[in-house]
Amino acid sequence: MTNEFVLEAITREFPESVISSSEPYGMLTLEIKKTEIKKIIHYLKDSSLEINFLTDICGIHYPEFPEKEIGVIYHLQNMVTNFRLRLKIFMSRENIEVDSLTELYAGANWMERETFDFYGIKFKGHPDLRPILNMEDLGYHPMLKEYRLEDGTRTDKDDAMFGR
Amino acid sequence: MSDQKPIIRTDAPAPEGFEGEGFFATKLSSVIGMARKFSLWPLPFATSCCGIEFMATLNPTYDASRFGMERNSFSPRQADMLMVCGTISKKLGPVLKEVYTQMAEPKWVVAVGACASSGGIFDSYSVLQGIDKIIPVDVYVPGCPPRPEQIIEGVMQVQALAESESIRRRDSAEYQHLLDSYNISNEEK
Repeated sequence: MTNEFVLEAITREFPESVISSSEPYGMLTLEIKKTEIKKIIHYLKDSSLEINFLTDICGIHYPEFPEKEIGVIYHLQNMVTNFRLRLKIFMSRENIEVDSLTELYAGANWMERETFDFYGIKFKGHPDLRPILNMEDLGYHPMLKEYRLEDGTRTDKDDAMFGR
Repeated sequence: MSDQKPIIRTDAPAPEGFEGEGFFATKLSSVIGMARKFSLWPLPFATSCCGIEFMATLNPTYDASRFGMERNSFSPRQADMLMVCGTISKKLGPVLKEVYTQMAEPKWVVAVGACASSGGIFDSYSVLQGIDKIIPVDVYVPGCPPRPEQIIEGVMQVQALAESESIRRRDSAEYQHLLDSYNISNEEK
């Protein structure tokens, strides 16, 4: 199984869905239309490609691209041939919602909760979308880049003894 | 000098008293203080590298058993000394407070390492900036992580506290006020 083979299979099956492709460090990386992501991952899992392991889901924030501000990145693997690929989708802040993969992969449950926790990305169809790592009452999504690295309004750090 | 003031003694002389042929009489509080001093059972609340140093403290090279810390208690009910070794995130804070409230009096708290004392390097939205934000702390051990010698030094300071403080500490208004300031009830749980 090579990158070219998998890319050709995907583009044949979903000709309109692949926006761009690249191979950083030899790993096939595709940018996919947001609406098609679940269909493509379903196809990769159930077809003869047998890319049937979801390694990770994570989010990313690019404040400089308004139309592609929020991203979700899926890492997938074929455990038999050790073939890996990476799928990316992007969306704007206004339309921050994507289909959940929990029907395909049970392991997506906690990964999507984590991505929601840190980036506020809503996963449509997720059975229990609530924060997993942060406190329930945190009230914001801390990995978004709109927050300053150093918060001048914080009161919990005692600068008298531990000055910065 | 008030009974609450710690006097740091690293050797253990006999308490003051009357000695005669075949008898020795002293204050009950001195005897109880001495007994408590040499039977401080630690409750390790270890979350990171300070916990590893604490484990080293327990091992034969540093041999914490010399100080009466023979038995590590993994139940708060049978523990005297809460050793908070490591970073406490804000989400973990209520758990730590619950463990503290479940401990029976008398109890002492040691904040081991920079993170437990002040948040350390984790100047972050998710990390509690020192456990004294949620529970009262008796002894702070600096270091990142502290070496076992430093943890032993901290334990010896708790020993000095246990030896010298009033056995009626939990009844004092000052202590009650301290617990109230942390919103901790002194009632039996």
